[in-house]
Amino acid sequence: MGAGHAHRLYRHGHSPVHALPPHTKLAAAFAFVVVVVSTPREAVWAFGLYAVLLAVVAQLARVPAGFLLKRLLIEVPFVAFAVLMPFVAEGARVDVLGLSLSVNGLWGAWNVLAKGTLGVAASVLLASTTELRELLLGLQRLRLPPLLVQIASFMIRYGDVITDEMRRMRIARESRGFEARGVRHWGVLAKSAGALFIRSYERGERVHLAMVSRGYAGSMPVIDEVTASRAQWSYALTLPLAALVVCLLGWTL
Amino acid sequence: MDPVSTPSLEVSGLAFAYPDGHQALFGVDFSVGRGERVALLGPNGAGKTTLVLHLNGILTGGAGTVTVAGLPVGKQHMAEIRRRVGIVFQDPDDQLFMPTVREDVAFGPAAAGLKGPELEERVDRALTQVGMAEFKDRPPHHLSFGQRRRVAVATVLAMEPEILVLDEPSSNLDPASRRELADILRSLDVTVLMVTHDLPYALELCPRSLILSEGVIAADGKTAELLSDEDLMRAHRLELPFGFDPRSVRMGA
Repeated sequence: MGAGHAHRLYRHGHSPVHALPPHTKLAAAFAFVVVVVSTPREAVWAFGLYAVLLAVVAQLARVPAGFLLKRLLIEVPFVAFAVLMPFVAEGARVDVLGLSLSVNGLWGAWNVLAKGTLGVAASVLLASTTELRELLLGLQRLRLPPLLVQIASFMIRYGDVITDEMRRMRIARESRGFEARGVRHWGVLAKSAGALFIRSYERGERVHLAMVSRGYAGSMPVIDEVTASRAQWSYALTLPLAALVVCLLGWTL
Repeated sequence: MDPVSTPSLEVSGLAFAYPDGHQALFGVDFSVGRGERVALLGPNGAGKTTLVLHLNGILTGGAGTVTVAGLPVGKQHMAEIRRRVGIVFQDPDDQLFMPTVREDVAFGPAAAGLKGPELEERVDRALTQVGMAEFKDRPPHHLSFGQRRRVAVATVLAMEPEILVLDEPSSNLDPASRRELADILRSLDVTVLMVTHDLPYALELCPRSLILSEGVIAADGKTAELLSDEDLMRAHRLELPFGFDPRSVRMGA
């Protein structure tokens, strides 16, 4: 970790999607997900249209399909249980390839799978066109509680520092002949974790001291004012609005 | 107030005991004139850090007073005092807490209410002063230790302080980074108080030194003279590196 200059999720580029202010993209992605989730699961064609919408965004952002699909794999452990639903759900059953599956369960699995995949795809697109730092600025702009934004930004800053500290402690342990084998050694690992916690806590105190010394009085000063023009907002919100039309059609047809 | 006769820093009768009863300072008196570079020498545990934390009002509540350019350190002017006293802490990872170099340098001035092009200009100037302008958009943890130390100096310079207080500026630096930092410090037109037990570094940079020992100022004079006084040095647990003779060093500036 820490070798690259940007986060691994981010894909550097200069597309119109990359150029949008972060808070408009956040709002658009969130609204899109809300719309997708509120679509009736029987409107199968609507989910197809959503996927097409996302494909258009990916095209505009110049994110290759392969890249996007590979990132989607993150979803697998979360939807694994969706596969079980047709087997365990109650109600009318139908025979598929000799297996007796529940109709309700099939719909449920489809529902989770389709909505989950679309949501994850939207998030992957957001993450690959927006730098982590920018995302935080966007959240700040969208009035997320400042304390949460501060905590997240410290996580980005100190993640590598603490990982490094952990690595040094491991090297120190191993240099003295320690090897974690089995339960009897968990005590040592637990003590290391405790020591790491105390070190990080003390670092937190020193960081706070340095912040106070430079005039920190409880809230982060605004350094980058992110603003979006009406045109940028309408450009970003095209996605959720188009999705909303599809959703409404899904309910009425 | 006459700018010539008002010292940058005046400490008188400063005494302080920690809440656990441990007394660290027993009446410290000294003053630093505008534009002076002064080293504060002392063995570990002499109370150097405690003294530093009094200079910008992080620690208060003991006896005595601290005055920065005529302004007493106290509750009512805390923001102004913290702008005037720039402390560079020992570990740059504590000092640099923002996700990018630029934001970190901007933190102090932004907390003081600066924004827009004025803030940007301040950041650029401070980074140029320490020769780190091209690292503006890098995250601090991707810099070398010496570079991080220089950025830490810039974060404080950006506040245009009356006095720069450096806590062990040469610690953990390789000889080249040490010299680079010395060149930078010499080029600055600002009052410097340098807390250190790196005696050759003090000799190189500071014409005048103070020795803090057991919570009082034990000596105050020309650095070369103090370092050459073997009895004085021994009495306060200060030792020169092997083979180093302060009398053999010719001072350039």
